[in-house]
Amino acid sequence: MSILVFIEISEGEIKKTSLEAISYASNIESGVTAIAFGEASEENLKVAGKAGASKVLHVSDDKYNEANIQAYASAIAKAAESEGAETIVLANSSLGDPVAARLSIKMGASLASNVVAAPDTSNGFVVKRSIYTGKAFANVDLTEGKRIIGIKKNAATIKEDGGDPSIETFSPDENADDFKVKVLSQEKASGDVLLPEAEIVVSGGRGLKGPENWGMIEELAKTLGAATACSKPVSDMDWRPHHEHVGQTGIKVAPSLYIAVGISGAIQHLAGVNASKCIVVINKDEEAPFFKAADYGIVGDAFEVVPKLTEAIKAING
Amino acid sequence: MKILVCITHVPDTTSKISFTDNNTKFDKTGVQYIIGPYDDYALARAVELKEQSSGSITVLNVGEAETEPTLRKALAIGADDAIRVNADPVDSFFVANQIANIAKEGNYDLIMMGRESIDFNNGVVHGMVAEILGIPGLSPVMTLDIEGTTAKMTREIEGGKESLEAELPLVLGCQEPIAEWKIPNMRGIMTARSKPLNVVEPSDNSVRTQLNNYEMPAEKGAVKMVDADNVSELVNLLKNEAKVI
Repeated sequence: MSILVFIEISEGEIKKTSLEAISYASNIESGVTAIAFGEASEENLKVAGKAGASKVLHVSDDKYNEANIQAYASAIAKAAESEGAETIVLANSSLGDPVAARLSIKMGASLASNVVAAPDTSNGFVVKRSIYTGKAFANVDLTEGKRIIGIKKNAATIKEDGGDPSIETFSPDENADDFKVKVLSQEKASGDVLLPEAEIVVSGGRGLKGPENWGMIEELAKTLGAATACSKPVSDMDWRPHHEHVGQTGIKVAPSLYIAVGISGAIQHLAGVNASKCIVVINKDEEAPFFKAADYGIVGDAFEVVPKLTEAIKAING
Repeated sequence: MKILVCITHVPDTTSKISFTDNNTKFDKTGVQYIIGPYDDYALARAVELKEQSSGSITVLNVGEAETEPTLRKALAIGADDAIRVNADPVDSFFVANQIANIAKEGNYDLIMMGRESIDFNNGVVHGMVAEILGIPGLSPVMTLDIEGTTAKMTREIEGGKESLEAELPLVLGCQEPIAEWKIPNMRGIMTARSKPLNVVEPSDNSVRTQLNNYEMPAEKGAVKMVDADNVSELVNLLKNEAKVI
């Protein structure tokens, strides 16, 4: 019996969240097979072995270079059948979630996403899910024989002590109906660090007074190797693009460090960042509600504090 | 064009979450319920599309009688009629099955809903519905335009977006900025009272998960304040105490 893990490739490399999914799966059972789509070198695919996969199925046909929800779900279902895999693990993402949904119907499987802990198999197959946008958890029993688990970012520690996996080309049966959606173009943010993947996020709010003041946010982010983000009013006013908007209806992030500058901390904003490991709040209003959710806080003028913070970080980095 | 908009009836984002009955039931005491914020975007875009090219909007909720004010609000915003599947939405698979069965009967061109509900946060119902119906499903959709029988969309991807095109019928999980939320006006509120709200019993009671209990997250420790004139102390704490830089 094996567990199959759907791994996502970005710029030819396995995404960090997918390595987390492999490590999560290898804690359930030792026979982990990963399935990857699109352009990736054998060397890069072998990284899955370190995280705990013993085999990687590679769907390398050019047709699969575009992330196609239906075609990926069909191929994964086929791979699960040929591998005898009854459990599929994947990382929650804008691709992983819809793929998981289709797959669960194809396989007749139970499904849980936003899973944050290893399953408890002492009585059934119980996973802990994040619900109410991080305000609570639900312990849910996946009652079908087959199951699909979507894991939340940072819910598993990436293993690095695994071995050398075999890499096999996998050719799923193609169904013309799976290729009815045409991808016309893609537009990716030009920043070095993508927000959903970032370990550190520096985020600005209305307190920055205008888009012309974002230079200091970008400078701090650059110094930390961080992504930049913003609150909803900021993207609504077009100071920053929508894909930087963090919150209940924007991107939800779970970095190790989230630095909020000039953001008061409306509950809708907190819903997008409450999975962060450490939150720093810089705000001149000492009554800002965000301080209650923060680990560290500074009451002060962002225009004075942020440049000083950037300099202090540069100093320790030498 | 016939559009089916599926809405959730969820606690307002600002609601305090708590549980009763040994952490097995959600405590509804004092909780204000709203249309799911992402569903509100789907509904708003559906209303705009109807205004542009005529057609009809049916709004659907899987829920017990208490969700009817939420459905009436959707009617006030611009839906033409409503269907309530009279059941507790216990599981994504259960909800997807109800929606798919209604969709099969109604022969809709577009089935729209939010990318996820803000209570259970599974974010998979639209994909399940699409697979049950055997048609394309896309999420999270940020823009949508219809030209004849072709839908042109942008979908969020990690760190950006992609432009897509597909033929109707489609199932879409929506999010901003697909449309601005609409607030019902007085005329909408008055006419909503007389619009049809049909209650149907669930067509299939299958579930694939069982909720055991709920848990609250561990209490957060108190914030540690650092003097604005001593920023290097913050850097020291982040490096040596939190170990995040």
